[in-house]
Amino acid sequence: MSAAVEITAIEKRYGDTVSLRSASLSVRPGEFMTLVGPSGCGKSTLLRIIAGLAPQTSGEIAIGGEPVDHLPPKARDVAMVFQSYALYPHMTVAENIATPLRMRELPRGARLPLVGRLWPGVGERRARIREAVGRAAAMVEIDGLLARRPATLSGGQRQRVALARAIVRHPRVFLMDEPLSNLDARLRVAMRGEITALHKKLGATFIYVTHDQVEAMTMSSRVAVMMDGGIVQCASPAELYADPRDLRVARFIGSPEINVLPLDALVTANAGFAPFAAEWKGAAHAAFRPEALSLVADAPGLAVACRVERVEGLGHETLVFLRTEAGGHPLTARLPAGAFALFSGDSALAHLTPDDVLLFDGAGQRLDRRHVTPTGGYAHG
Amino acid sequence: MSVRSPYRFRPGQLLAHLVLLFLAFLFLFPFYVLLVTSVRTPQELFTPDFHWLPVEFTGLRYYIQSVTHSPVLTFMKNGVVVCAGILIVQLLTAIPCAYALAKYEFRGRDLLFATVLFCLTVPIQAPALPLYLGLNAMGALDSYFAMMAPFFLSVFAIFLFRQTFKSYPDEIIQAARLDGMSEGAILWTIVVPASLPAIAAFAVFSVTAHWNDLYWPLIVVRSNELMTPPLGLAYFTDVESGENYGALMATAAILTAPLMLGFLLAQRHFIRGITTMGLK
Repeated sequence: MSAAVEITAIEKRYGDTVSLRSASLSVRPGEFMTLVGPSGCGKSTLLRIIAGLAPQTSGEIAIGGEPVDHLPPKARDVAMVFQSYALYPHMTVAENIATPLRMRELPRGARLPLVGRLWPGVGERRARIREAVGRAAAMVEIDGLLARRPATLSGGQRQRVALARAIVRHPRVFLMDEPLSNLDARLRVAMRGEITALHKKLGATFIYVTHDQVEAMTMSSRVAVMMDGGIVQCASPAELYADPRDLRVARFIGSPEINVLPLDALVTANAGFAPFAAEWKGAAHAAFRPEALSLVADAPGLAVACRVERVEGLGHETLVFLRTEAGGHPLTARLPAGAFALFSGDSALAHLTPDDVLLFDGAGQRLDRRHVTPTGGYAHG
Repeated sequence: MSVRSPYRFRPGQLLAHLVLLFLAFLFLFPFYVLLVTSVRTPQELFTPDFHWLPVEFTGLRYYIQSVTHSPVLTFMKNGVVVCAGILIVQLLTAIPCAYALAKYEFRGRDLLFATVLFCLTVPIQAPALPLYLGLNAMGALDSYFAMMAPFFLSVFAIFLFRQTFKSYPDEIIQAARLDGMSEGAILWTIVVPASLPAIAAFAVFSVTAHWNDLYWPLIVVRSNELMTPPLGLAYFTDVESGENYGALMATAAILTAPLMLGFLLAQRHFIRGITTMGLK
């Protein structure tokens, strides 16, 4: 029931503007693959090319090992859930869900309005379709709404109808284009869990497009980060967070955003970094996650003198927005909620362990850091 | 008191309503005279003083006269045949054309659309002579076909539907493609039902225009049994009714009635269409 999707060197140009440049990606059978990136990065275009709704300028798409570039959307055995749900407004929920099956199972004449009901010899198939609609509706818990029209449903209910319409014919690949972005925050969290559960239950391949990195991180087996029409990195969520291969990926994944300082600013802030900087050849930027900073007085690492700009208490944790005294670079620290009192305008020492620093060269490429033996000003405890 | 009652008319609104009332009177008055004249004796029309109600009420006498003595029912049948024929072919040609212009990308689309806009500026009088000569060469003059043919392609309909279809969400069309619908099925079973308000609006324009059209039937039709309402009315004014303004007005009232009824029905459809369309 699931198929691999092989995307090879897809390029898409509209006149002079390049929307996708040589995007390649292998999606394994049964995988939950998320395409994530800022708006305009080409992720929705790529999804539409996989579906066959838009032709690529060059490159190939294969589903289950078979090239599908010459096939129209309906022959690709993929289902898609759209951001706007794209329900047929004049049909009931049941008719909406039944449409993909009716198109495949019933002969043309039997699909005609009114007279189609009289078409002979399809009674059994009709019953099968009804049954399948019922099952799909039950799976997303909308069996009570089958007679309603989309206009009378809430956003979350419409979303479920769109899901049921995709489930009903058991496609090998599900394509989802920002399906949760029109829902309110609470519903989004709930639907996140439901879609993940649905993926487990169906075992089909999911390709999920979102601009929301939280969705990408929480739902996916793997995440492909797209920037400027290309896939920059494809890895598991944990790997993307801990080991970004590109500065843009590092900035995009993680909230609040990763701290990035020019390497010399770090050295200016604390000369203790100088020996490390000497080791980190070719590095231009030092990046570290907000939780790598500690404001506790005797924390390990090298101290960077900062001024507190703003404190945001989130209950379970506190975000402290800082600015370095030397150079005025913005930094964010994520601290467990608690026992310290800081106010804007206060001075603070942010402690950073050189081991937590990710290095990037001038072009934003990640540099593998050679293991550096602590020397000089770097002291444990 | 700074709180104003929301139910009281403000001076601006009052003025607006006065203007509207005046305009309504202006437009309705001739129609009122028509109705009143159809139920009173013709002599009253020429008395110097004006009466709102008939002095001598004649009841349905002139209506019965009109139906029995003139072929008013034939005129109406012709009007229905011509208007329905024109409207059906207009819809069958304009809807696919407008859909292609609105939703497909192909070379020359913008040029085609520009041509459509250009054609909007050509009045029927301009191609009347070549059309007449062409119909004459075909031997098709003095027929229903001759009355309908020049209007089979409506650039106005293409323009109107193209604007409507353009605002139809692409994602629903894409979903239908994935669901396995053919392009024709998408157009006629998905897009058209959602565009009924626009289609109804166009139908009102089209039917009104061709029901009331005197110019073209006057040119191509000679037989009494093919005459459309205005042509028949004009013809019989001279020939038969003569001074009988009562019968004339009754005939006019009968011939206008279907249009009024049709418009009222279509108007209800607009409202229903708009309220059921509220799905974004």
